[in-house]
Amino acid sequence: MAETFIHNRQLPVGSQGHLASGWWGMLMLIATEAMLFAYLLFSYFYLASHALSPWPPNGPPSLRIAVPGTLILIAGSVVMWWGERGIERGKTRRLIVGLSLALVLGVLFLVLQGSEWKGEPFTLRTNVYGSLYFTITGFHMFHVIVGLLVLAVLLVWAARGDFDANRHSAASIGVIYWHFVTIVWLAVFFTFYIAPRLG
Amino acid sequence: MATIETHRTPVIARAADGSATSQKLQRTWDGKPGLGGWLSTVDHKEIGKRYIVTAFIFLLIGGLEALAMRVQLARPNQTLLTPEQYNQLFTMHGVTMIFLYALPVLSGFSNYLWPLLLGSRDMAFPRLNALSYWVFLFAGIFLYCSFPLGKAPNDGWFNYVPYASLAYNPGPNIDVYALGMVLLGISTTVGSINFVVTLARTRAPGMSLNRVPILVWGTVTASVGNLFAVPAVSLAFFLLWMDRQAGAHFFDSTAGGQPLLWQHLFWMFGHPWVYAIVLPAMGIVSDGLPVLCRRPLVGYTAVALSTVTTMVLGFGVWVHHMFATGLPILSLSYFSAASMTIVIPSAVAVFAWIATIWTGRPVFTTAFLFFTGFVLLFVIGGVSGFMTAAVPVDWQLTRTYFVVAHLHYVIIGINVFPVVGGIYFWFPKATGRLMNEAFGKWTFWVMFIGFNVAFFPMHILGLLGMPRRTYTYADNLGWGTPNLIVTIGAFVFGLGIMLFLVNAFVSLRHGRPAGPNPWDASSLEWSTSSPPPVYNFAVIPMVASRYPLWENRLDDGPDRSSVGTGLVLDKERETIGTSVLDAEPDVILKMPGDSYLPLLVAVAMTAVFTCMLLHSWWGAGIAAVATFLGSVGWLWPRRALAQIET
Ligand code: HEM
Repeated sequence: MAETFIHNRQLPVGSQGHLASGWWGMLMLIATEAMLFAYLLFSYFYLASHALSPWPPNGPPSLRIAVPGTLILIAGSVVMWWGERGIERGKTRRLIVGLSLALVLGVLFLVLQGSEWKGEPFTLRTNVYGSLYFTITGFHMFHVIVGLLVLAVLLVWAARGDFDANRHSAASIGVIYWHFVTIVWLAVFFTFYIAPRLG
Repeated sequence: MATIETHRTPVIARAADGSATSQKLQRTWDGKPGLGGWLSTVDHKEIGKRYIVTAFIFLLIGGLEALAMRVQLARPNQTLLTPEQYNQLFTMHGVTMIFLYALPVLSGFSNYLWPLLLGSRDMAFPRLNALSYWVFLFAGIFLYCSFPLGKAPNDGWFNYVPYASLAYNPGPNIDVYALGMVLLGISTTVGSINFVVTLARTRAPGMSLNRVPILVWGTVTASVGNLFAVPAVSLAFFLLWMDRQAGAHFFDSTAGGQPLLWQHLFWMFGHPWVYAIVLPAMGIVSDGLPVLCRRPLVGYTAVALSTVTTMVLGFGVWVHHMFATGLPILSLSYFSAASMTIVIPSAVAVFAWIATIWTGRPVFTTAFLFFTGFVLLFVIGGVSGFMTAAVPVDWQLTRTYFVVAHLHYVIIGINVFPVVGGIYFWFPKATGRLMNEAFGKWTFWVMFIGFNVAFFPMHILGLLGMPRRTYTYADNLGWGTPNLIVTIGAFVFGLGIMLFLVNAFVSLRHGRPAGPNPWDASSLEWSTSSPPPVYNFAVIPMVASRYPLWENRLDDGPDRSSVGTGLVLDKERETIGTSVLDAEPDVILKMPGDSYLPLLVAVAMTAVFTCMLLHSWWGAGIAAVATFLGSVGWLWPRRALAQIET
C-alpha cells in the first residue's frame, strides 16, 4: 500500500535548514543571476573580440586596488562560513561576529572599488570599454550592496535572538547569497584584470 | 506561548469535503471577504484565474490592434493609418501577444492546476506567486502607458538597433519598452522559480518524477528555460536603456559597440522563449487529449523526454534568426542543422498524440476538436518552419509575409487552440459548471475556418513577395485579393474568439452542473470538488501510479493510490514537503497566509521603473527603499511559519 512508507515517520515541521523552500528558491535565484553575469561577460568578450583598436584601450587595468579588494571579499566569505557553522551548533554569538566582520569587509570592498572608479581616466561615455567596465563592475557593486543589506538585516535578527541550532534557514539563505557575490566577483576579476594579461 | 513543535508524525485518516477536518481547514485557509481579501489573497486558484483573465484581456487588446492593421491592408493604397501608427500597432500587437498573452495565459493554467495536479495545498511560495501576478499586471499597464500619447514602442517586438537607438528614435517609445520588459522579466523570473521549487518540493507522497502529468513537465521545462534565458533579454534592454539614457556605447558602432550584440542577446532569449510559450500548451494537450480518447497517453516517457530535449536544443538555435545578417558560412550550417534536428522531438510528440487518438475511443467534445485542430496546425506550422530552417530558403523568405504566416500558424496553432481547448476541459473544475457543448463546437469551426482563411493566404502573399511590416501596397502588384481574404478571415477568427467568450460568460451562470469528474479523468485534480475548496484536498493523497483515478480500470500492478484517505495536516496552514525524485515525505511545510505585501512590493517596484522613465532619480531611490522595506517585512521570521522558536 502507498501509505506504508509514511507510517510512523517523524517529520520535521516548518523551516529547517535545507528543507526550507526558501533555500531552494535562493538556489534558483542564484542560478538565474549567474546567467545574468554570464551574459554580461559574454557581451564583454564579444565586444572585445570585435574591437578594432587595442583592447583594453589603456592597457590592462591596474591590480593595485583590485587584488586587495578580491582578497577582502574572499575573507568576508570565509568569516561568514565560520559564522554559519556557529549557528548550526547554536552559537548565536559566533554568527553575530561573522555577520559583523563580513559587513565591515564588504563595506571596505565598496570603498576600495569606489576609489578605483574615481581614479579611472575614462568614463562610461568615453568608449565601449568604459561602458562595459562601469556597467559590469557597477552590476557587481549593486549585488554587493544588496548582499550587505541582507547581512545587516540578518544581524538584526540574530541580535534579537531569532536564530538557534534548529531554526536558522534565513541565515543560511543569506549566507549562500553572499558566497555567490564573492564567486561572481572572481569571474569579473578574471575577465577585466587577468584575461587581458594572458593575450 | 506554547513552544513551536519541531517534529510530528503525520496522522493518516479518511476525510472528505464537508467533514469535520474539512470545516477546520476551511476556517484556516479561507481569506478575508470583500476587497481586502481580493487584494491580499495568495490562493493559487485565485491567482491562476486572474492570470488567465488578464491574459485574455491582453489577447483582446492585441486582437483589436491586429484588426486595425487588417482593415488598413484590406485594400491597396489605404490611408486609415499613418506609417508611424502602423509601426506602433504591429509592435504593440507583437509585444502584447508574445509577452502579455502567450506566456501569462499558460502561467495561469499552471498556477491554477499545479497544486491540484500534484496533490498539494498551494504553490511552494504563495506570496511570491501573488507578487508575480501583480508585477505582470503592472508591467503590462506600463508597456501601454505611452500608447494613448501616440508614443508606443515602434520598432517591432524584437526591437533591433540601430533603429531603436536614441539617434533614430528620440521619443520615449523605446524607453517604455526597455524598462517595461525589465519589469516584466522580474515577474517571469519569480514565477519560474516558484514553479521549479514547487515541482521539486511539494508533490504528494509517492508522486515520483515519472508520474507527474505532462503539463507539469512542460511548465517546468519552460520555467527552467526562462531562468536561463530571461536574463539575456532583461540585460539587452537594460544595456539599450544605458545607451539611450546614460550615454553608454554598447550598440553604437561609432565608439566600438556592436549592433549585432543586440541580436545575439535577444535571440539567446527569444528562441528558448518560443518553446516556453508552446511546451506548456503541448502539455495541456498531452494531458487532456488522452482523457477524451479514454486511454493513457501513448509514450508518456518519450513525450516527457521530448519536451525537455526541445528546450535544450532551443538554446542551440538562436542564430537561425540571424541567417540574413552575414555570419560565417560554417556557423550558419551548424545552426541550420540544429534547427532541423529540433523537428525530431516535436515529431515524437505528434506521433504520440496521433497514436493516442488512433488507438483510443475518442469522445468528440469541443475540447477534443480544439486539441486535434492543434495537432493539425502543429504539423502545418512545423513544415513551414522546417522550410525556413534551410538557410537558402530563409534568405528568400525572411521579411516577407511567409514569415508572418508561419509565426501565426505556430503561435495560434500551438498556443491559442490548446488554451481554448484547455479552458473547455478545465472550466467545469474551476467553476463547477460545464460550458455549452453544441455552441462550443460551432465556435470551434468558426475559429478554425476563420484562422485558416486569415493566415493561409499569407503564405501565398509571402511567395508573391509582399514584405512584412508594410503599412500599405500599390494596387498593380496583385496582392489586393489575397489581402482582402486575409482580412475577412481575421474578422471571422475574431468572431470565433468572441463566441467562445460569450459561451464562457453564459456558462458561468447557466452551465450544467459538472460534479467532481465530468470527463471521468485520471488525475488528482478530478478527485476533489468542483470548484475545489480553498484548501484543495481535505487530506493529502498518496500516489502509487501515473493515473491515480484509473488504477482499477487499467489494472497494471497491485499498487493503488490512496485518494480519500491521506495525510491530515490541519494545524494552521500546512502541506507536505517531499524529496525531489521519489517524492518521499521529508518535512511538514508551514504555508503563509494572505498578505498585502506582495501588492505593496509590486507597486513599489513599478514606481522604481516609472521614476526611471521620468528621470526622477530621487523618486526612484525612495521607491527602491520602499521595495527593500516591504521585502524585509515580508521575510521577517515568524513563529506562525515555524521560522523561529523563541
Ligand atoms: C485575430 C488574430 C490575429 C491577426 C489578424 C493578426 C494579424 C497580424 C498582422 C496583420 C501582423 C503584422 C504583419 C506585418 O505587417 O508585418 C501581425 C504580426 C504579429 N503577430 Fe499577429 N495576428 C493575430 C493574432 C496573433 C496572436 C494570437 C499572436 C501571438 C500569440 C500574434 C503574434 C504576432 C507577432 C509576434 C507579430 C510580429 C510583430 C512584429 O512584426 O514585430 N498574432 N499579426
